[in-house]
Amino acid sequence: MEITRRDILSVGGKLLMIASVGATFEQITGAKPPPDSYRMASHWWGMIIDIDKCIGCGNCVHACSNENQVPKDYFRTWVERYEVPEGYVNPRVSSPQGAIDGFPPSKQTSLKSFFVPKLCNQCADSPCVQVCPVGATFVSPDGVVLVDQDYCLGCRYCVQACPYGCRYLHPETETVDKCTLCYHRITQGLTTACCENCPTGARQLVDFKNPNDPVHEFLRNNKVAVLKPNMATGAKVYYKNLDGSVR
Amino acid sequence: MIPGVDGFMYPNEVELQWSLLIVLYPFVTGLVAGAFILASLERVFKVDAVRPTYRLALLTALAFLLVAPLPLQLHLGHPERSFEMYTTPHRSSAMAMFGFVYLWYLTVVLLLEIWLEYRSDIVRLAESSKGFLRLVYRALTLGSMNVSPDALRIDDKVGYAVTVIGIPSAFLLHGYVGFIFGSIKANPWWSTPLMPIVFLFSAMVSGIAAVLLLYMASMKLKKWPIDMRCADTIAKYLFYTFVIDFTLEMLDLIHRTYESDESFRSLDFMVHTRLWYSHVVLQICLGTVIPLALLAANQLWKFREAKRRVMYVTACSLTMIGIFAMRWNVVIGGQLFSKSFLGYTTYKVDLVTREGLLAAIALMLLPFVIFFVLVKLLPPWQESEAHKA
Repeated sequence: MEITRRDILSVGGKLLMIASVGATFEQITGAKPPPDSYRMASHWWGMIIDIDKCIGCGNCVHACSNENQVPKDYFRTWVERYEVPEGYVNPRVSSPQGAIDGFPPSKQTSLKSFFVPKLCNQCADSPCVQVCPVGATFVSPDGVVLVDQDYCLGCRYCVQACPYGCRYLHPETETVDKCTLCYHRITQGLTTACCENCPTGARQLVDFKNPNDPVHEFLRNNKVAVLKPNMATGAKVYYKNLDGSVR
Repeated sequence: MIPGVDGFMYPNEVELQWSLLIVLYPFVTGLVAGAFILASLERVFKVDAVRPTYRLALLTALAFLLVAPLPLQLHLGHPERSFEMYTTPHRSSAMAMFGFVYLWYLTVVLLLEIWLEYRSDIVRLAESSKGFLRLVYRALTLGSMNVSPDALRIDDKVGYAVTVIGIPSAFLLHGYVGFIFGSIKANPWWSTPLMPIVFLFSAMVSGIAAVLLLYMASMKLKKWPIDMRCADTIAKYLFYTFVIDFTLEMLDLIHRTYESDESFRSLDFMVHTRLWYSHVVLQICLGTVIPLALLAANQLWKFREAKRRVMYVTACSLTMIGIFAMRWNVVIGGQLFSKSFLGYTTYKVDLVTREGLLAAIALMLLPFVIFFVLVKLLPPWQESEAHKA
């Protein structure tokens, strides 16, 4: 049988189509990318939060809950409302259901009121990592504190050691759970669910190792602070205009 | 408004993570360390008066040490993974290292010392008993049937060396439990360098009180007279240890009050409200001041024997309640306040859950069952000795 030019083009075209469908199929099924497409050593993740931009809508809590199937009454992220009346030593703080549905209107006539989004501070010198008896919780090379669910004993020593109250025991897996900074997303080049859904851009995922990341300008031009600096945890969540009353 | 919560708690803090079983854990290990230290008084420091309680103290320590890991196992979300602490320990974790301290204490110190102390008895019992018991005793000899004077002298020398190693090991065992709590910088109720030393002395207090109670109860059950010289000596050591323990706890309290750092208002409020009954009433008044007064009275005045017995039983029983309350106040108290220092939660003991009251009661009865079996298997007293008393 004679093979014509037409036959070659026809078979070649079909092969090309199959190959392209194959590639698309891989993308559709969410198959893992080649290991060298994301270099952990090239990143050092954190977050910047602009207190003045947060409107307490709770979109971030909602998005986080949906994205990560967070069990009811537990929180990987939440928002607190601070109301600091004049002459009152302790601020009034509330976070109804972690503010997943936002806040009811305040009845207080406060001197000042503001919202503070909270999440795992992805500490570089993390007390939770230090105390884990089997090393199930660890800091990844790109600076995210993660828990190996197949290794965690569920002893909850890390929950006690976290100064920020960011950890909980997952009621179904009986292992400790916490914010992963949406690791499954950020390693794919996406931002976190909470940052993506913040309508005012109050929260922003940052990469300290990327010289072009806006975090460098943010840290240069603003007065920033981390939560509980006396704990010396190397927290990597920076707050702009953080009030001294925030705990 | 969340039920049981006053003020503001971080949302994940509302539920307590360490429950009643974690209260039992330091309580039980404390009894182990205290009982062993009492045993070492006779062996190393040659306090002959406490000889009748030497073996009893060792068996008490073993009975409680065998139960010590059980509350932790029941508490774990994945107890089947707990062995990972031995195979892949995280070296910076106080909890991981405790596994090794426990194993060291159980195998190198306690089991070895008991075996050396009882070896000649075990050989004798292996020869005199029949049937299944004979098999058990033969197994317990570990094939070492030589009870010649020379062999017994070696037993004694090695036993002495093990006790000498055992004293710092007992200190390490319970001091380390204190360190597990004291090294948590996030929790100001726990985070104090005094915690290991406070735990250690309270352990000695509870262990000594437990052995004295068990000794008096055993004598009562066997209808043998109590060796009052022994009871008086133990009560004297209990008093001295208790004074140091109370001083350390008061030092901690005074220091906190005088410093009044950012956590003080919150902790002070907690002690005056949620912990009032367990801390002030049970731990300080009922569990410390009254037994201390009873023991002090015995150092100052000479009471009749019958009165002394009642005073010792009362003082020791209250001491046990006080030390249990202390463990409760540390473990549960440390989780009742928010790390934001702006609110408080409540702890209610479940009844029939894995970490509930029934499980806790069963775990507290288990050492006594083990103790009973151990006493039957390895009698801690010789008839002649008891009659002498």
